[in-house]
Amino acid sequence: MGGFFALFEDYDVVAAFWVNIQLAFWAGIASLVLGTILAVMRISPIASLRWFGTAYVNIFRNTPLTIIMVFSVLGLWGQLQVNFSTDFNLNFFLLAVLSLSIYHAAFVCEAIRSGVNTVPLGQAEAARSIGLSFLPAAWLIILPQAFRGAVAPLGNVLIALVKNTTVAAAASVAEASGLMKTMIEFRPDVMTQIFLTFAIGFVIIVIPIGLLTTWASKKLAVAR
Amino acid sequence: MSTQAVLFDVPGPKAKRRILVFNILGALLVLGILAVAVNGLAEKDQFEAAKWTPFLEWETWRFTLLPGLLATLRAAGVAVVTSIAFGLLFGFGRLSGLAPLRWVCNVVVEFFRAVPVLLMMIFLYQFFAKSTPMEASQSPFWAVVVALTLYNGSVIAELVRSGVFGLPKGQREAGLAIGLTPAQSLRSIEIPQALVAMLPALLGQFVVILKDSALGYIIGYTDLLANAQRFGAGAGNMLPALLVTALIFILINMLLTFTAQRLSRLLGARAGKLLEREDAIDPEGVEAPVR
Repeated sequence: MGGFFALFEDYDVVAAFWVNIQLAFWAGIASLVLGTILAVMRISPIASLRWFGTAYVNIFRNTPLTIIMVFSVLGLWGQLQVNFSTDFNLNFFLLAVLSLSIYHAAFVCEAIRSGVNTVPLGQAEAARSIGLSFLPAAWLIILPQAFRGAVAPLGNVLIALVKNTTVAAAASVAEASGLMKTMIEFRPDVMTQIFLTFAIGFVIIVIPIGLLTTWASKKLAVAR
Repeated sequence: MSTQAVLFDVPGPKAKRRILVFNILGALLVLGILAVAVNGLAEKDQFEAAKWTPFLEWETWRFTLLPGLLATLRAAGVAVVTSIAFGLLFGFGRLSGLAPLRWVCNVVVEFFRAVPVLLMMIFLYQFFAKSTPMEASQSPFWAVVVALTLYNGSVIAELVRSGVFGLPKGQREAGLAIGLTPAQSLRSIEIPQALVAMLPALLGQFVVILKDSALGYIIGYTDLLANAQRFGAGAGNMLPALLVTALIFILINMLLTFTAQRLSRLLGARAGKLLEREDAIDPEGVEAPVR
């Protein structure tokens, strides 16, 4: 057991988790922006944008994240020579953020749409009756309430995103799951303890997000 | 709420013209983005016929894609069956009248829902290979199956529980009123209804299982993605190979989603109400929304 604790002197577990958190942070912001734009497209009066939004959600919701990640690395970087940064590691980090954002934007869009479903019809009617056209009505009346109704599903998307940052291992980003693999290969005798360390690390990150969003969704929900 | 009906007026002649203009602009914008992408790809010689024709040949499918697809479907299929078994077992456990059993099931379910599937897969792969008498060649397959089972089984257990909680309270009261014990009422009145109502959501979960089976690629399971990647590396057409792979996944998953939608309409109000509630309040299935 003493040997097990000595492992943490050789391997920086906290730094690996910090990479996951950073991936989740940047991809969270990017997918929130992209997902909101897609959600507005899907409720807009312009049919071509509605179709685009629907097609986007259907395509990316049904594609494995692993393929998107592999595509970014072997396709975008390997074949098309897309480089976001001259720094090798940062480049892969950004490719991973891009993949995570593209994938989770589809789920953010669905979450916001489910939030829109919680807004009563009368709100939209009232917005129309005071003369607001589509964009102001969506921006000032519908979306603010939709976001408050969408806190819980958005929280679920965030939790999924945090867990999915491990898939960045396929883009050779040095994050937690990759470090766990290395550590287990080096010390197979304590592999269960190593796994439990990493598993509990994710439990510690994920459970507070769940509790926080559940609390926030109750606090922010519009009383009706 | 159907926002579309009121967020904008029924268009008059002027608005119709404006919408048409925006429609054309929107279509042009989308086409423009596509054109830039296509042009960029063409400049990198991605549209050479030689890169795409292999996917029209039977040999490619016979020796590369179909065996890969079969491996993917095998892992996902076994995981579907075991996940349902795991989910029912722990779902019932969470509804049990015995408090300690309920707690244990709660802890197990919450733990496996919080741990990334890939983390479990990597661990199980090493565990099966090094600490069990299992043949080394078999360990990736079982790592994929068991990891998918632990995660998706937990989600299904939660579906069972929320399905029962979503039933109208009167159902349980009626059971108790005719002299059933709480356990009997659960078994013979509540669970059968919850199971029927959760069928569409269950199909949605199969989409998640199929998608996550692609994680097996990372631990060296020779699934569809791994085969396509090897083929692409060998034939020098990585991009087309990955796109064809993605297309196969999308088609199968859209078929599953479509079936789930039909099923939820077929099951009518009961399933509809449960799903609506899930959707609006706490969509556990946001990974696989079914509507």
